[in-house]
Amino acid sequence: MSASEGAKNTNAEPWGGFDDNIMIQGSGSAVIDMENMDDTSGSSFEDMGEMHQRMKEEEEVAAEAAATEDDGGEDGEFLGMKGLKGQLGRQVADEVWKAGKRQASKAFNLYANIDILRPYFDVEPIQVRNRLLESMIPLKMINFPQKIAGELYGPMMLVFTMVAILLHGMKTSGTVIREGTLMGTAIGTCFGYWLGTSSFVYFVAYLCNSQITMLQMLSLLGYGLFGHCVVLFITYNVHFHSLFYILWLVIGGLSTLRMVAVLISRTVGKTSRLILCGTLAALHMLFLLYLHFAYHKIVEGILDTLEGPNVPPIQRVARDIPNVASVVANSTVRSMAVVIQSQ
Amino acid sequence: MADVEELNKPLFAGLSDVSIADDIPVEGQITVPVNSSSANDEISTLDEPVKDTILRDLKAVGQKFVHVLYPKKSSALLRDWDLWGPLLLCVSLALMLQGGSVDSKDDGGPQFAEVFVIVWFGSIIITVNSKLLGGTISFFQSLCVLGYCILPLTAAMLVCRLVLLSSSGITSFIVRLVVVSASFGWSTFASTAFLADSQPPNRKALAIYPVFLFYFVIGWMILTFSPS
Repeated sequence: MSASEGAKNTNAEPWGGFDDNIMIQGSGSAVIDMENMDDTSGSSFEDMGEMHQRMKEEEEVAAEAAATEDDGGEDGEFLGMKGLKGQLGRQVADEVWKAGKRQASKAFNLYANIDILRPYFDVEPIQVRNRLLESMIPLKMINFPQKIAGELYGPMMLVFTMVAILLHGMKTSGTVIREGTLMGTAIGTCFGYWLGTSSFVYFVAYLCNSQITMLQMLSLLGYGLFGHCVVLFITYNVHFHSLFYILWLVIGGLSTLRMVAVLISRTVGKTSRLILCGTLAALHMLFLLYLHFAYHKIVEGILDTLEGPNVPPIQRVARDIPNVASVVANSTVRSMAVVIQSQ
Repeated sequence: MADVEELNKPLFAGLSDVSIADDIPVEGQITVPVNSSSANDEISTLDEPVKDTILRDLKAVGQKFVHVLYPKKSSALLRDWDLWGPLLLCVSLALMLQGGSVDSKDDGGPQFAEVFVIVWFGSIIITVNSKLLGGTISFFQSLCVLGYCILPLTAAMLVCRLVLLSSSGITSFIVRLVVVSASFGWSTFASTAFLADSQPPNRKALAIYPVFLFYFVIGWMILTFSPS
């Protein structure tokens, strides 16, 4: 496109086309460079990945256009020369080939685009350790925006650790999930909380005019899960209710306070601060409560009494409820049979 | 330059003509190495019996098992990777974990699928993580190493089932705990011996943590297994 415009431009008068020249240069391929230079993250990996992706997409589009042109020409010949059958077979084969090629190139692009994520995983072990410790230490610095590391290694690993801890809790509590696996439930809960809450809080932060990016939000909330992991790991193994409440208030509270302090330092105005931090604190603390009581031994007894044998699907039930139900049914049938026989 | 090329062309043409015409030793040199290479290097897998092919593959898998059990710094696991061994180990582990809860119907399905999914998706996640941290290892090499390193845990599962057959008390739990923790350590040690070299030296801990978590979850599943 830019080449044709350039050609047009050279055909115009050389003395009059000075302004046009600049504009066309600006609207041509140089735009991509400008966009990439503007990128605030400033990582070379990202730029390379994006460039690569764009070039690939352009190539694909061009190839598909060429393929359709070829088809058009040959279809006409086929209609004249051979029967409808050959044409149909050829079309189907073409479709299959195209679909397969698209799938393969998509898979390859996905694997090649790992490079785009690489800057977010650029950490040293000691940095991760320090950030884990700092996630429990709230800083009382409100006037100046606090720094948030835009990094995803720590949050990802914390989420996977929490998945493992949840699996442990579900197994020891003997939770049975119908129409799903423990693994899927654990992964869904953890990733759902992490991604869902950070996008929700990011949305609220956007409404409250807070200075935070999605990446920073993900990192902040991800490191905030460290407290949850510690509390859950302890309380799934040591069953004291008072211990859980103390840990919930102290460790969970500290990690929540840390996030709240960061958000306060990046928001202006009392009302918006209150809304944003209230939302985050409530969600974070209640999630810990939910995780503790949802997959704990004691909950089995409560479920027994509340729900009884007639439980709807997709709900947690104690392991022996189906057995009890079947035993009861069998015994009633047997006793009825005995009664009928005796009569 | 052009002159030289023009001079060369007729020279070569003349040489080839001469060699074809009456140079016998040149012919011999051409034919002999072709014969020897085809006889030694390329064992045609089309002509040999199926038994030989399977036995050869099984032997390769067995050699890799030995590498895992005696993890020294060798690149045999990395050089010619295969996924047969991991599949074998994963299926046998899943079957053994499944066996306990066959009778209760709604519990049996998820168990097999769960083990299978944990093993494969876990190793894929570890691999992607190591790629993201800047590791220089290919995708399937890493999958191969992680899959083969489940071998000690599968052996521990076998031992656990045997122990559970004989008795189920506090002593059997202690025996199982010792066996499972030993094999967990072994698995982690073996996989790090193979994988750690491909990571940048300052980030080994970051790449090893998910491996540790992965084998920990599998080991813990084996430890808490009880045939009901």
